[in-house]
Amino acid sequence: MSQIHIKQGRIIDPANKIDRIGCVYIADGKIISVTNEPAGFKPDTVINAHNQIVCPGFIDLSTRLREPGQSRKATFKSETVAAASGGITTLCLQPDTSPVIDTQAVAELVKELAEKAGYPQIYPIAALTRKLEGTELSSMLSLKQAGCIAVGSANQPVRNLLILRRAMEYAASHDLLVMFRPNDYWLGNNGCAHEGSVATRYGLPGIPEEAETIALAQCLELVELTGCRVHFGQLSCKRSVIKIYQAKKYGLKVSADVAIHQLHLTENDIIPFDSSYHVLPPLRTEADMQYLRQGLTSGTLNSICSDHQPHDLDAKLGAFPETEPGVSSLETLLPLMLKLVAQNAITLEQGIACLSENPARVLGIKSGALTVGYAADVCIFDPELEWQVNSDNWKSQGVNTPFWGQTLKGRVTQTLQGGKIIHCLE
Amino acid sequence: MTSNLQLNAEGKLKHFLTIEGLNKSLLTEILDIAESFIGMNDQQIKKVPLLRGKTIVNLFFENSTRTRTTFELAAKRLSADVLSMSISTSSTSKGESLLDTIRNLEAMFVDMFVVRHAISGAAHFIAQQTAPHISVINAGDGQHAHPTQAMLDMFTIRQIKKGFSNLRVAIIGDILHSRVARSQIQALNILGAAEVRVIAPKTLLPAHVESLGVNVSHNLTAGLKDIDVIIMLRLQKERMTSALLPSESEYFKCFGLTEDKLKIAKPDAIVMHPGPINRGVEIDSKVADGPQSVILKQVSNGIAIRMAIMAMAMQKQGAV
Repeated sequence: MSQIHIKQGRIIDPANKIDRIGCVYIADGKIISVTNEPAGFKPDTVINAHNQIVCPGFIDLSTRLREPGQSRKATFKSETVAAASGGITTLCLQPDTSPVIDTQAVAELVKELAEKAGYPQIYPIAALTRKLEGTELSSMLSLKQAGCIAVGSANQPVRNLLILRRAMEYAASHDLLVMFRPNDYWLGNNGCAHEGSVATRYGLPGIPEEAETIALAQCLELVELTGCRVHFGQLSCKRSVIKIYQAKKYGLKVSADVAIHQLHLTENDIIPFDSSYHVLPPLRTEADMQYLRQGLTSGTLNSICSDHQPHDLDAKLGAFPETEPGVSSLETLLPLMLKLVAQNAITLEQGIACLSENPARVLGIKSGALTVGYAADVCIFDPELEWQVNSDNWKSQGVNTPFWGQTLKGRVTQTLQGGKIIHCLE
Repeated sequence: MTSNLQLNAEGKLKHFLTIEGLNKSLLTEILDIAESFIGMNDQQIKKVPLLRGKTIVNLFFENSTRTRTTFELAAKRLSADVLSMSISTSSTSKGESLLDTIRNLEAMFVDMFVVRHAISGAAHFIAQQTAPHISVINAGDGQHAHPTQAMLDMFTIRQIKKGFSNLRVAIIGDILHSRVARSQIQALNILGAAEVRVIAPKTLLPAHVESLGVNVSHNLTAGLKDIDVIIMLRLQKERMTSALLPSESEYFKCFGLTEDKLKIAKPDAIVMHPGPINRGVEIDSKVADGPQSVILKQVSNGIAIRMAIMAMAMQKQGAV
């Protein structure tokens, strides 16, 4: 197989504590050396990475590609091209597809669609309960054997705590990670915006932060009871960060992430009724946003996910509460992370770790690092290159991004997945 | 901002979606123009030709009798051609989207939509999507705004109290679900009322209600002290089934306006209600029909205020 020489880039590999100018050598899909040229290395491809950053390919803990079931919104084909152009080489797929990922057959279908799209590193997250209905356990072991990397309940809370307890116990028995977005069904009360002054002024049904913090507190208690490994996804408020901090200090085996848009936007952005800002959990206050940023700095939150949710145009055309929540966000992930660095919220090394090393640890996979012997998942980006979010540059089928029309800084020039170049900026 | 959408380049009213973002002089202008229409109610021929040749469509996605009727009468008295549609019983039940309904009506060359919808933001969405020559008047959207109701209430208050600067106004009842209360609070604050007080149990108040610019009380007896204007809100029956309140009778006991409670407010206080009233739930019949009640005056004023707003929104097309 081919040999690739990535030449003279600034290598940032947080897992191996590397930050220096150098070369990366790839052969047979694997990283064979960093910095030192191996003897007899004869590259078929040389990538000049001068003035660019070379880092591990990004791992996204929460995405929706809309297949199977909703190909009018997006397809594996369209979204994997978008992922590749955003430097993302591994995607975790939420189970709320149609049908739900709750049988081996659906999990296998996902793997097959991934292969067909030429982007094999898509890991399905299996449903924690059958049809995500929260009443019966899914066949977690079979789902694990079919390639599911974890189990979760997507946006559908398990309302019955006894079922949740048993699901966590069963997952722990098979050493399965549970990925959980804490959200109390009843307190959420079908709301669509943060229960605060903006929702009050505009008469929007509110979701209090307690819908998240109470569900989180309950689940943390169950972590202690069951010994289950849990990763909390897409946290949205200050008090959730505090709860995770305390739980870790107490010794619980938990980790947590935040969706990239929560680090840049607040409830004020929806004024007056802008559906492109309709997300779940809802955008909260400035204080929450600042605290989520601090959570990354301190390491309480160890990963940033895209929480990619592409939609068709109709989904966002309507009165705010009737529109569908979610942002198409694979392609803005890197520039928005770099914006955090530019605003001194995190260091560049931390930002890259939150997108690579740390999510790899959460999933327990040999990835997210430029370690010799690992699959060559590499992202090469120009941190200074500016680009406009518009139809010329956008790859995702979903154009539902609040950043549409904005000029962002930082663009991926090449992406390698298992040593194969899956994106090359023209 | 909403205000930009409502006003044209010259700062004139194009749509009327919410009170928010409008200034005192514009609200006063609405009240003054309505004043000029009020005399018409007593005339033999209750019509002016301001909107002759214009087509107005009342789009009611939610049931309403009073609001729809007064909008219809207002349009007719301005000599417009008016069509009233109850959409809940036609297109949407066939699966047509809100936008498709609007597009179809646009294709019939209408000049104005008057919209009532159960979802907050619906009127705003229609105003954003509709062709530029069409004006949109919000006749109530979800829990967001009911600006024409608020303006007719302001008109009624000004008629009786002559101004706003010394007034203490209490709004009592289901603030949480009330688009009327939200618009009234904004209008009263813009027009310079001395105090707006909301009185309700915590279950019927939205989060951070103070951020709307009100004082809060959970006790009717204490809350009515020094009040010049009492606005009662309708209590929907579903509030009991969704555990917001225990029972109608307990609500009446705590928050129902009776003759005795009315005595706590200033002796010349007026009692208002946007209707329809629930006798014996939020208000005692003796108060609703009593000398301090101006509830029916509000209804009559509704026609003049809606004429004023429709005429102003059509200014750009040469009316007024």
